Amino acid sequence: MYKIHTAKLSYDFKTLRNLMAKATPPRSGDYLAGVAAANNLERVAAQWVLADVPLKQFLNEALVPYEQDEVTRLIIDEHDGVAFAPVSHFTVGDFRDWLLSEQANTKVLTSIAAGLTPEMVAAVSKIMRIQDLILVAKKCRVITRFRGTIGLENRLSTRLQPNHPTDNPAGVAASLLDGLLYGCGDAVIGINPASDNLEATSRLLYMLNDVIDRYAIPTQSCVLAHVTTTLKAIEQGAPVDLVFQSIAGTQQANDSFGINLNVLHEAHLAALELKRGTLGNNCMYFETGQGSALSANAHEGMDQQTCEARAYAVARKFKPLLVNTVVGFIGPEYLYDGKQIIRAGLEDHFCGKLLGLPMGCDVCYTNHAEADQDDMDMLLTQFAVAGGTFIMGVPGADDVMLNYQSTSFHDALYVRQVLGLRPAPEFERWLQQHGIFNADNQLMAQRQLPALFKPAVQKLTGGGND
Amino acid sequence: MTDSKDLWHSLNQFTPARIAQGRAGMSQTTRNSLEFQLAHALARDAVNIPLDFAQLEQGINALGYTTLTLQTQAENQRLYLQRPDLGRVLSASAVSCLQQHPSTQADAVVVVADGLSSKAIEQHAVPFLRLLLPELQAKTYQLPPVCLIKHGRVAIGDAVADHYAARLCIVLIGERPGLSSPDSMGIYFTYQAKSGISTDADRNCISNIHSNGLSYEQALKKLLFLLHEAEKCQFSGVALKDETTETTTVNERRQINFLLD
Repeated sequence: MYKIHTAKLSYDFKTLRNLMAKATPPRSGDYLAGVAAANNLERVAAQWVLADVPLKQFLNEALVPYEQDEVTRLIIDEHDGVAFAPVSHFTVGDFRDWLLSEQANTKVLTSIAAGLTPEMVAAVSKIMRIQDLILVAKKCRVITRFRGTIGLENRLSTRLQPNHPTDNPAGVAASLLDGLLYGCGDAVIGINPASDNLEATSRLLYMLNDVIDRYAIPTQSCVLAHVTTTLKAIEQGAPVDLVFQSIAGTQQANDSFGINLNVLHEAHLAALELKRGTLGNNCMYFETGQGSALSANAHEGMDQQTCEARAYAVARKFKPLLVNTVVGFIGPEYLYDGKQIIRAGLEDHFCGKLLGLPMGCDVCYTNHAEADQDDMDMLLTQFAVAGGTFIMGVPGADDVMLNYQSTSFHDALYVRQVLGLRPAPEFERWLQQHGIFNADNQLMAQRQLPALFKPAVQKLTGGGND
Repeated sequence: MTDSKDLWHSLNQFTPARIAQGRAGMSQTTRNSLEFQLAHALARDAVNIPLDFAQLEQGINALGYTTLTLQTQAENQRLYLQRPDLGRVLSASAVSCLQQHPSTQADAVVVVADGLSSKAIEQHAVPFLRLLLPELQAKTYQLPPVCLIKHGRVAIGDAVADHYAARLCIVLIGERPGLSSPDSMGIYFTYQAKSGISTDADRNCISNIHSNGLSYEQALKKLLFLLHEAEKCQFSGVALKDETTETTTVNERRQINFLLD
């Protein structure tokens, strides 16, 4: 199995895990792990072999042994054979052709999601071009609800990310208000706390709760502390909307994050019990990113994109409101430059959507990567064309706490403008009602502050409109 | 270039974030776009400025402490950026250098690594150590020389702690340079650090130590709390929560700000 003779050379890839790694488009993390193809020919040879692998083979040959890894057990045990039936006769190559066809419409794609495994979708993504990843992802529709409706057609939501280097309440509030006045925050108002301190986490939770309450904003809050910290906060009675956690695609990598499926299950139940959602009960927020498993030395010989797709099996189990691939955050050791970051972001979105997840993307880069604003504009635009669920909104694209560049409030307005995308309907109504957006979802000319926020700002300046 | 600002620009007093920037249409203004490019250029260049180890040694020696300068297997900056694994392992010469130093009875090791921002270490390491080291001595901890590591990642501290069989491992490291804070220092604390065994889940992190971030005093308070708690429960990491002010009531947690007064 897994052999080919091509261009006068013979290749024997031996295992499915190895074949997957060799077939992956080039990226620095796979070279670092020593699993990447040695050259272009080996990569293409692997892609040819991979295209002929039956999808059923992924159910028979686990990439990490069932006995040793709870993520593998989750994938196998929860596989839905009935949902899988319509595509079970395909090879990876046939699957690609079918995904691109008219038969694979939104309804059909939704119905097969539970029958697909992360490895199947990772495999097919490896033989797809950017336009294929975009075209198929755009046909997927994943709708989730808490206080708003996320993921409707022709909508793009934003996470307002008002981070501050010391979690100073007024500092957070300043960025928060700036974001709201730029129409940002329908996916979630989500703060990365500067420390994993329970006290600081609770303080931020109360503050976000009070702001959302006071200004009747149809959105939800999240403080991105470790799941165990959030659990403690819930125990103490703090107002938790969404429980956050970073997750990865192997048991060992999750160990290094200090989590396992049981802890996530416990947190999920605790959040459900609070019943704080008004429209729905999707109450988890997960973040992922290619390279995190290798970073924890826990990739189990897999390539980083396959590891990433397996993290989506973990996410899927807990019916999240939002899943965010923080694609460029990890640094150039894993995704070297703009080209690698762009492709990875679109792969992640495609894989997540096909598996039935509400995929957002932190279109981002660090200052030690070979990337710049032009690269981000390309990923942002392509991600939105692909029907991406949400992006980040960071003041001026500069996160002053996490020290990386993401997308700005202006970026969200740009992409909504050029593609005619709207915010979540409940949030859209709120923006229009308070004179932040006009009926065409453009920012209103601000000769005066919206009445809703006028008192708060005027207190600072002692009156007047300035 | 026009200097357009939003009506709420007075909020800038509360945060270094790029808020109330105004707009051209709904896009970024020319001025803001160029200011961003300028900051990016500075941050990009900051990544590649090497740390002046001789100066750092002098600074620490002047506080009355000895130092040992070591290198990882990441021999140059390019390799350091692309091979994080090499930045976690000491070079052969560093290992033999360590072996020449007696490894008796150390309680804590203090490690300073350049990381991704030499500027952070240049500006913050000595002033912070001036506060930290006397505190450690006051606890009657046995301390080996402060180890300064060239091209080091966080986990390099484990190798040093291993060598001295130290219970407590404190690593000061330059964090990835941000646009607005190219000089941010982080501290990682690990109890019973073991090279190749300790993972991120075993560490506690105190980040964003810089002029717009955490002060030395605030960082020290957190670190001493973690040290104290770790000694008590004999672990560090995600299970060790920084609960410095656990006794506040719900009303005290409802801190007031201008949006909620």
